[in-house]
Amino acid sequence: MILGYTITQWLFGILSFLAIMFALMVVFSRNPINSVLYLVLTFFCIAGHYLLLNAQFLAVVHIVVYSGAIMVLFLFVIMLMNLNEDTEPQRTWLNKIIAAVAGGMLLFVMVGSLKGAEQLQYKQWGSSQIGLIKNLGMVLFKDFLFPFEIASILLLAAMVGAIMIGKKEIK
Amino acid sequence: MIKLIGLVPLFPLIGFLINGFFGKKMSKSLSGGIACVSVLASFVVAVLAFLELQHSANKSHVIELFSWINSDTLKIPFSLLFDPLSSIFLLIITGIGFLIHIYSTGYMHDDDGFSRFFTYLNLFVFFMLLLVLGNNYLVMFVGWEGVGLCSYLLIGFWFKNTAFNNAARKAFVMNRIGDLGFLMGIILIFVTYGSISYGEVFAKAGTGGTAVVTSIALLLFIGAIGKSAQIPLYTWLPDAMAGPTPVSALIHAATMVTAGIYMVVRSNVFYSISEVASETVAVVGIATALFAATIGLLQNDIKKILAYSTVSQLGLMFLGLGVGAYSSSVFHVTTHAFFKALLFLGAGSVIHAMGGEQDVRKMGGLKGKIKITYITMLLGTIAISGIPPFSGFFSKDEILAHVYEHNKILWFLGMVTSMLTAFYMFRMLFLTFFGNFRGTHEQEHHLHESPKSMTVPLMVLAGLSVVGGLIGLPEFWGQHNWIGEYLSPIILRPDPSILSHETEWTLMGLAVLAAGVVIYFAHAMFITNDVLPENNEEKLKPWQKLIANKYYVDELYNAVVTKPLDIISSFFHKFMDLQVVDGIVNSTGKAVTGIGSVVRLLQTGNIGFYIVSMVLGVVLILLFTFII
Amino acid sequence: MLNGISINYYLLLSTVLFIIGAVGVMARRNSIIIFMCIELMLNAVNLMLVSFSTLHNDPKGQVFVFFIMAVAASEVAVGLAILTMIYRNIKHIDTDLLTNLKN
Repeated sequence: MILGYTITQWLFGILSFLAIMFALMVVFSRNPINSVLYLVLTFFCIAGHYLLLNAQFLAVVHIVVYSGAIMVLFLFVIMLMNLNEDTEPQRTWLNKIIAAVAGGMLLFVMVGSLKGAEQLQYKQWGSSQIGLIKNLGMVLFKDFLFPFEIASILLLAAMVGAIMIGKKEIK
Repeated sequence: MIKLIGLVPLFPLIGFLINGFFGKKMSKSLSGGIACVSVLASFVVAVLAFLELQHSANKSHVIELFSWINSDTLKIPFSLLFDPLSSIFLLIITGIGFLIHIYSTGYMHDDDGFSRFFTYLNLFVFFMLLLVLGNNYLVMFVGWEGVGLCSYLLIGFWFKNTAFNNAARKAFVMNRIGDLGFLMGIILIFVTYGSISYGEVFAKAGTGGTAVVTSIALLLFIGAIGKSAQIPLYTWLPDAMAGPTPVSALIHAATMVTAGIYMVVRSNVFYSISEVASETVAVVGIATALFAATIGLLQNDIKKILAYSTVSQLGLMFLGLGVGAYSSSVFHVTTHAFFKALLFLGAGSVIHAMGGEQDVRKMGGLKGKIKITYITMLLGTIAISGIPPFSGFFSKDEILAHVYEHNKILWFLGMVTSMLTAFYMFRMLFLTFFGNFRGTHEQEHHLHESPKSMTVPLMVLAGLSVVGGLIGLPEFWGQHNWIGEYLSPIILRPDPSILSHETEWTLMGLAVLAAGVVIYFAHAMFITNDVLPENNEEKLKPWQKLIANKYYVDELYNAVVTKPLDIISSFFHKFMDLQVVDGIVNSTGKAVTGIGSVVRLLQTGNIGFYIVSMVLGVVLILLFTFII
Repeated sequence: MLNGISINYYLLLSTVLFIIGAVGVMARRNSIIIFMCIELMLNAVNLMLVSFSTLHNDPKGQVFVFFIMAVAASEVAVGLAILTMIYRNIKHIDTDLLTNLKN
């Protein structure tokens, strides 16, 4: 207990603060490279949240897929296009204010819609085993076998599609 | 075989389906063969069933095929009824139908629509059989509408000719008027008796009250008027001669037009109860008979003469029905089917020989050139004129005897009609086959006897026309009137003759004498004096002009019904359709275009703008859920 | 309570992340940044799914997250390929200049 809060609560608070900070930096940084890096950091924070929620396997997968694969792909593309602060197009201030106002309104209504959530009836915090790879695997390959196979086809299709789109046009 | 009576309509249906789907790919002989065989098969089944019925104690067989409409109190099975009345009609339809199918293979041989023709013809036979076999009014109505459709299709068979199409449309529309009455009659029957099956309805018929029964009988009779071409809905039948001649023989002489007679005989219970309805039937019948017979006197188209003769004979049958002589009328239907089919087919043979010429003024002297046609047509003409012992004599005489005992004035008018009939039929015969040939040289050269497929049916029908009367020999000849006894189970009040034998002999003698005199007169006029119909209408006397123009009935209908309808239609077209309906449609279109031209400004093509709009939309939706 | 933290806080956190993503989508012109913001929004949803999964002690929510990841991966692969293509053809990826839809 530190200052009346448990370690977990402290961890949650710090991770949340960092996640929101880094997310804001993604939006506000002028250099796309920085945006990518801040996004990676945001993802790390989210992975930390997963760990707090006892979703250990998911946390690992999240880091591998997002930080390891997807963000590297982003970085790679940005470098390929040679984007930096100078080439970055900027919106006018008016546009930015409109975006902020719209976002604020959205936040307002969404938070408003969350108002009733504390009355949610939920089971007592049960076994923390569900996030383990064994339990997830059982569910994934028993109940969700068919969607899983479909997902593999989706990935294959995406791969073929990416190659088809990305290759140079044959003239 | 009675159990299998469903096969009778099934065979033509199969023939129709085969010809309809594969007719174009088949050779003409195959297509015609299938059509003929299907009707022949029906005929064989009908004959076997007929013979079985003779030995069967039960004279009324109901064969339920399947449950058709089943809704609360409305329960209508698709069932067939085989009894003496339907058996006679089955034999007529399939027997004569088969002969006419054979004939058509010859007559239509060079026509492009050969297989289409047989498709329609088979479909017609199917519906006609359904009409007479149905065990309730709705099945009859299906057949009724079906034959109307086939009649329309076959009248307009040569659809490239606008006049033929108009004739087909006229027949269809006039039939629709009658059908509406028939349909209302059926509905009234259902409302009154809670059923439309013959057995149930006739058993309860008396409970309906005279006024209701009279209404039912009159509504049904309106249907019969339309289908059987009686005043005032008769004008379609002469125009229906636009169709190929076998069609005129089968549909517009032997079978379909007698559907009205069949229906009235089937519903005889109602007419026996309602005095008013049967009087109406008799009056309409005699009026039509006389009216059509006078028009027939001055027609020059060989098929039109026969058409008016058909209308007149149908009127005579209705006269018989009106005075309660139901079996006599069915008897006349039978003999009429024989000799009128024969006359039409003979006329077809003449037209065939003349290369399509139908005007009797351009014929003449054909008796040596086309002998078989001449002899058979002569027999048919004698039969229709009522000379003993040909078939027409017995049936007509029986009807007239019943009429005499009912009302002397009607009898006198009937006698006049019958004399007129003899006159115009012999006029046609003399003009066609006697005297000198009046056509072109080309036609004279072309003259030839028709092929075997056409002459054989003629000979068979001629035989039947001669001996067909034997099924209804009068009782006072010491014979037994087979058809009268055979039909007695289905008739509520059989009408035994109460006339003394002396009176009957006198009437018969009078009829024969009158016919003989008229024929002699016709002979004197057209052969001895060689009078020819006037070509120039201007030279006709006023009364001749009136008759030659069919009393201007078509023109009258045109002025009274068609013109006002046209005016109303054009009002609806010009105002309701073009202004109101089109106005609504067009202004809807204009409004959409106008709104679109404003709204399209929102489509900036800027993704950022779209996204902001989307977010605002989501906000609004969520806000909306809060408010609710 | 999830390890002593109310579900509300998780919901609030994911909402805020989602909104930041949305604002980013609205406020930026660079397609790649927009794309990244979409990824951020997806992750906000993932976080919410996982927290509910833990709340109900039901692994199905986490399985769902797997599928979302698979879809996101495919989407990124195809999307980036499209962006590269656009860049190759018109030398920029500025959404404000991509107004072909207008005509």
